Amino acid sequence: MDIRARLQDPRYYQIAVLGTLVAYGVLALDFGIRPENAIVIVIVALLVQFAGTKAAGLPRFDPLSPLITSLSLTLLLRTDLVAVAALAALIAISSKFLVRVRSKHVFNPANVAIVTLMLSSDHAWVSSGQWGGAAIGAFAIACLGFIVLTRAKRAETTVGFLGFYALLLFGRALWLGDPLSIPMHQLQNGALLVFAFFMISDPKTTPDSAAGRVVYSMLVASLAFAIQFVLYRPHGPILALVATAPLVPMIDYLFQGTLYRWNHYVSDCPSSHPSQQIKGVY
Amino acid sequence: MKPVVTILTAILTIGISTTAQAFCGFYVAKADTSLFNRASQVVLVRDGKRTVLTMANDFQGDVQDFAVVVPVPTFIERGQINVGDKAVIEHLDAYTSPRLVEYFDPDPCMVRRRLEMSQDMAALPSSKAAMEREARSQGVTIEASYTVGEYDILILSAEESDGLIRWLNDNGYRVPRGADRVVGSYLKQDMRFFVAKVNLEEQKKSGYTYLRPLQVAYESSKFMLPIRLGTLNAKQQQDLYVYALTRTGRVETTNYRTVKLPSNMEVPAFVKTDFADFYRDMFARQTAVENNRGVFLEYAWDMSWCDPCAADPLSARELRSLGVFWVADKPNQRKISPQGAQNVFVTRLHVRYDREHFPEDLVFQETGDRQNFQGRYVIRHPWKGEASCDVSAYYDEVRKRQEREAQQLASLTGWDIENIRARMNLPGNSRPEEKPTPWWARLWD
Repeated sequence: MDIRARLQDPRYYQIAVLGTLVAYGVLALDFGIRPENAIVIVIVALLVQFAGTKAAGLPRFDPLSPLITSLSLTLLLRTDLVAVAALAALIAISSKFLVRVRSKHVFNPANVAIVTLMLSSDHAWVSSGQWGGAAIGAFAIACLGFIVLTRAKRAETTVGFLGFYALLLFGRALWLGDPLSIPMHQLQNGALLVFAFFMISDPKTTPDSAAGRVVYSMLVASLAFAIQFVLYRPHGPILALVATAPLVPMIDYLFQGTLYRWNHYVSDCPSSHPSQQIKGVY
Repeated sequence: MKPVVTILTAILTIGISTTAQAFCGFYVAKADTSLFNRASQVVLVRDGKRTVLTMANDFQGDVQDFAVVVPVPTFIERGQINVGDKAVIEHLDAYTSPRLVEYFDPDPCMVRRRLEMSQDMAALPSSKAAMEREARSQGVTIEASYTVGEYDILILSAEESDGLIRWLNDNGYRVPRGADRVVGSYLKQDMRFFVAKVNLEEQKKSGYTYLRPLQVAYESSKFMLPIRLGTLNAKQQQDLYVYALTRTGRVETTNYRTVKLPSNMEVPAFVKTDFADFYRDMFARQTAVENNRGVFLEYAWDMSWCDPCAADPLSARELRSLGVFWVADKPNQRKISPQGAQNVFVTRLHVRYDREHFPEDLVFQETGDRQNFQGRYVIRHPWKGEASCDVSAYYDEVRKRQEREAQQLASLTGWDIENIRARMNLPGNSRPEEKPTPWWARLWD
């Protein structure tokens, strides 16, 4: 693959945005990110990816995906133990190779690692409130830039999730008679944006068809909302994504016909289609 | 005169002045909650879904004017309510207060600059039946009414917010304007209202001249503090202290940014006499830096020790009185750590809030972080004794250090740097003024 084609890979942009966020979080916002955890996560993720590549007999070792997973883990997962950070990277990357249905991995790697550790240990948590308003503004622009760059291909999950989640939040506020500043405040959450733009958007773990992705994103948004505002538990979106991931093969099956036509429709510009490039990659 | 409804959280003050000598530096002053007006203090004990909420108040007026309306997530039985001990909260306040410590430089001739020790160690209406009838006619259900200590307590639920508001108004509670929407929102979220007023007879019998803290124990997934009612008629920002006592680790807000208060800073010696002003202005400055949206972490520590101690750790008995149910009450059941309880982690959060910047109630989560943190400010006194050697290098160092301290203080508090320098008598200290040594003076020594 020539360099130009490689640079069109949106994952470079993802890495740049996530990397900037990690740096900003460490240097300016005091996110509570421990540098030793970040280093261990990156090393373990790359090692496991390498081992998985060999074991699965893949033609090429690809460091981009494990790097994105590492950055997502660094941004979202907090732990006081380096061992837990290493375990997170191990669970994340190995889940891609071990939990597979119809040649797709089922769980978003960072997502399944965070939830597994958060539910099983006191030493793992997610600090979703640690973003200042300025950071969220800049981050939102970077996220929109990502959509522009990828020409909104595969953006149905992100847009669908955020749109439907916002709809539910505003609906709740209207029903409760709350001022709209409350749902606005709930949407200005850095962890929610990381989730929407870098986790749920993962083309490897979302349905293949556009219709399937829209249905799926609404499902995740509804469950996330229920966890957050009916069960009153924090981290609704992250929990909802893990819980609904096993439904993706079923959605793929149901929306198969649509899948064929949609792929046919976009097939005239395959090189700019991010999913086409990412699909061959674990 | 109609009672004033002090909505949600209450208040406390007047810290005790325990002075404790500590390893590594001497504790000299603390910034307790009495520095702030309109400050409420809440102790939140939380483990799993079990919660014990203690609300302290420093209500200054006539006790018959006192009333408090608090949204609670569940129905509350008589046994779930208690009247606590104000002294325990004062003790908790003192234990967790930001502190000032001072060090004295050793003789520069005797000791070649010993490095600083590590900073890391771091009256309800007449007839009950009539009241209930009236309540029902307005769609308000008095689910229970109790007299606990000097308080008369009602647990109210309602179908509509306007019925509840009307009932509260009719019964002498002055409810702020705009409360119906907020009350309505809480009712739709299945919250009850906990209403407490002082029972004058009981109060006389109890012999207390002040109002003791009210405590409520309940089990709920909601780990939150309702602050919205309190912001309705408040013209100014209000201060709230939350002391969270948990088993696992530090508590933080999930819907607002929790920020550590700048700590372990060296400040000029005169701060010792102005520590209250220093802390007040520093806090104001830091809230502005966070665009008035930050929740500040002032203390996070394992309850079994402290260093330096602004006050001794709370005893197991005191902790149990605050609702820390997992701590054994009898001292002989504890084998380790005679002075403090095990397995209790305390987090002190300080938030200055108003409706504009804090539209939502505070939602918390417990984290696994057990790293100790305290608001600690350091004074370093220069050596003042006779010098038996050439100490010019030492005094150069001291001058540089004092300039650094002045700048640090200015940036922390927003105070004018020239005033700070003037108060510190910079340049120079006890040593007579000298001309600066020219760069070549010791060139060919």
